[in-house]
Amino acid sequence: MWPVNPRGCWTLFVRESHRFLKVKMQTIVAPALTAVLYLMVFHYAMGNRSVPGLDVPYFDFLIPGLVMMSMLQNAFANTSSSIIVGKVMNVHIYLLMAPLSAIEAIAAFLAAAVLRALVVAAVLLAVLAPFSSLGFEHIALILFYGVCGSILMGCFGIIGGMWSKKFDDMALISNFLIMPLTFLSGVFYSVKQLPPMWQQVNNFNPFFYLIDGFRFGFIGVGDTNPYTALWVVRISTLICMGACWYLWQIGWKLKE
Amino acid sequence: MAELALHIDGLTKSYNNGKQALKGVSLDVPAGSFYALLGPNGAGKSTLINILADIVRPGDGSISLFGHDLFADRAWCKRHMGVVPQEVAFDPFFNPREVLKITSGMFGVKPDMTWIDELLGRLELTEHCNKNTRQLSGGMRRRLLVAQALVHRPPLVILDEPTAGVDVELRRRLWDFMRELNAAGTTILLTTHYLEEAEELCDHVTIVDKGTVVADRPMRELMRDVAGRYLWLSYGDDFVLTQEDEVALSAFQPRTNGKGVSLTLRHVEGAASSFHAAYEAAVTRFGPPQDAGVRQEDLEDVFIRLTHENDDKVNA
Ligand SMILES: Nc1ncnc2c1ncn2[C@@H]1O[C@H](COP(=O)(O)OP(=O)(O)OP(=O)(O)O)[C@@H](O)[C@H]1O
Ligand SMILES: [Mg+2]
Repeated sequence: MWPVNPRGCWTLFVRESHRFLKVKMQTIVAPALTAVLYLMVFHYAMGNRSVPGLDVPYFDFLIPGLVMMSMLQNAFANTSSSIIVGKVMNVHIYLLMAPLSAIEAIAAFLAAAVLRALVVAAVLLAVLAPFSSLGFEHIALILFYGVCGSILMGCFGIIGGMWSKKFDDMALISNFLIMPLTFLSGVFYSVKQLPPMWQQVNNFNPFFYLIDGFRFGFIGVGDTNPYTALWVVRISTLICMGACWYLWQIGWKLKE
Repeated sequence: MAELALHIDGLTKSYNNGKQALKGVSLDVPAGSFYALLGPNGAGKSTLINILADIVRPGDGSISLFGHDLFADRAWCKRHMGVVPQEVAFDPFFNPREVLKITSGMFGVKPDMTWIDELLGRLELTEHCNKNTRQLSGGMRRRLLVAQALVHRPPLVILDEPTAGVDVELRRRLWDFMRELNAAGTTILLTTHYLEEAEELCDHVTIVDKGTVVADRPMRELMRDVAGRYLWLSYGDDFVLTQEDEVALSAFQPRTNGKGVSLTLRHVEGAASSFHAAYEAAVTRFGPPQDAGVRQEDLEDVFIRLTHENDDKVNA
């Protein structure tokens, strides 16, 4: 089906945004608090010494990573929870009944996921930036990585939500895939500090490039060249959006 | 021929577990009709409706709505039908008014607050419209489901057991509302297990059983031709129906009935029924009865008879 229902798409976007705005404590305040806790813990554990190999103060290194990690996790949470709650409570049928094309449905879900990620990022930056000397060196890179990363994670959330039959399946994906990959993607350390073998392994972690590119936008240095990763990120975002569109179109695990 | 609101031809459906829920169902719902889709539990009614609603994948067969092919033109068809699913479920984040606004928007229609308020009023939900849907009772939720299906003013409304769990009085009012909508031109297709209601409301009935259609008639015709009418005559305790009596009265398929005999009445062109002929024949044979009466089968009797006949056929 071709886009025919812009109002429907907008309504779904508003609905999906309402969902996280109605529970601000859980969706916005909690991630901010968690980030502040990390900062405190690392402050006492490591002090604000500079990161080996990159020569930036540790907080300047850590804060963009924390922000990006929260963005990714929140974008994923927004789409995945909406779809799995819908499936478990059987309210996803109203979405299937509405005259929304797959493109419109996916666009609305992703837009809401990006909005949530941006709101969380803005709040985190407002709270954390005073502890650092962060600049916004390459604002376009920051936005590109922030938005593309959120879209990617929103896509994973959609696919994960469709795949899951129950909350348990979803928890499995979140805890055993998303959490480790985001935690081990160089948020807390520079990969240059890792043994060579683990550096190799790390090269296969997609989140590593997202977080590194995002951070480069703030501090102007990174573990990789963010401009070479641009195309990889662009293409993988498009592929994931295409996959979501296709799966939605065929009603994968949504229709009997 | 009148325009068809819904035309289904040879629809089949097998679920992933191999269960064949629909085995080639065909039905035509004329525009403007009040149409009953009846059948015992597990007959395939909800499967059919869920295929229309795009919740369940179809098997083979074709479906069109007001002449538009459902599978080729889903978006158009979805905008022109409102479906009340059998299962009641709501998003716990929203209250009834918000639910209706969201549904309207999703159907591409600017929320019309006058109509939404009217719906809430007609379905007696006004005083609950700011409660969270979780705080509604089962019957209230089902009424909200009905409101949701009507919010974009579809010309075809499909209701899958809309009155299950709704109390008697509200059920009546709900039906009055449906009748009004129907009078204003909305086509209504409904399933229900309250057969007296279906008999009273609907002008056409299709009965499905085990995924096949076992009857498809205008209600009046079905009740005239298929619903039996019996004349029973009582002749006291020592009445016996002999073999000869049975042969003599064979036109009326006589059966002993407690203290007397029961004769089947047929519809006769030009007369209301064969009542007079049956009565005469009985009086000629047995003399004047001590008591007499006519029993009319209702939709429930017809329903049970047809679905049992179907069971026998399937089992044979
Ligand atoms: N998701 C499913 N997977 C497998 N079989 C199913 C599924 N849904 C329904 N069925 C089977 O399909 C058949 C038809 O079910 P359906 O729900 O359409 O019946 P129904 O006529 O609506 O019955 P009721 O009056 O109880 O609502 C039943 O035998 C049922 O067990
Ligand atoms: Mg059913």
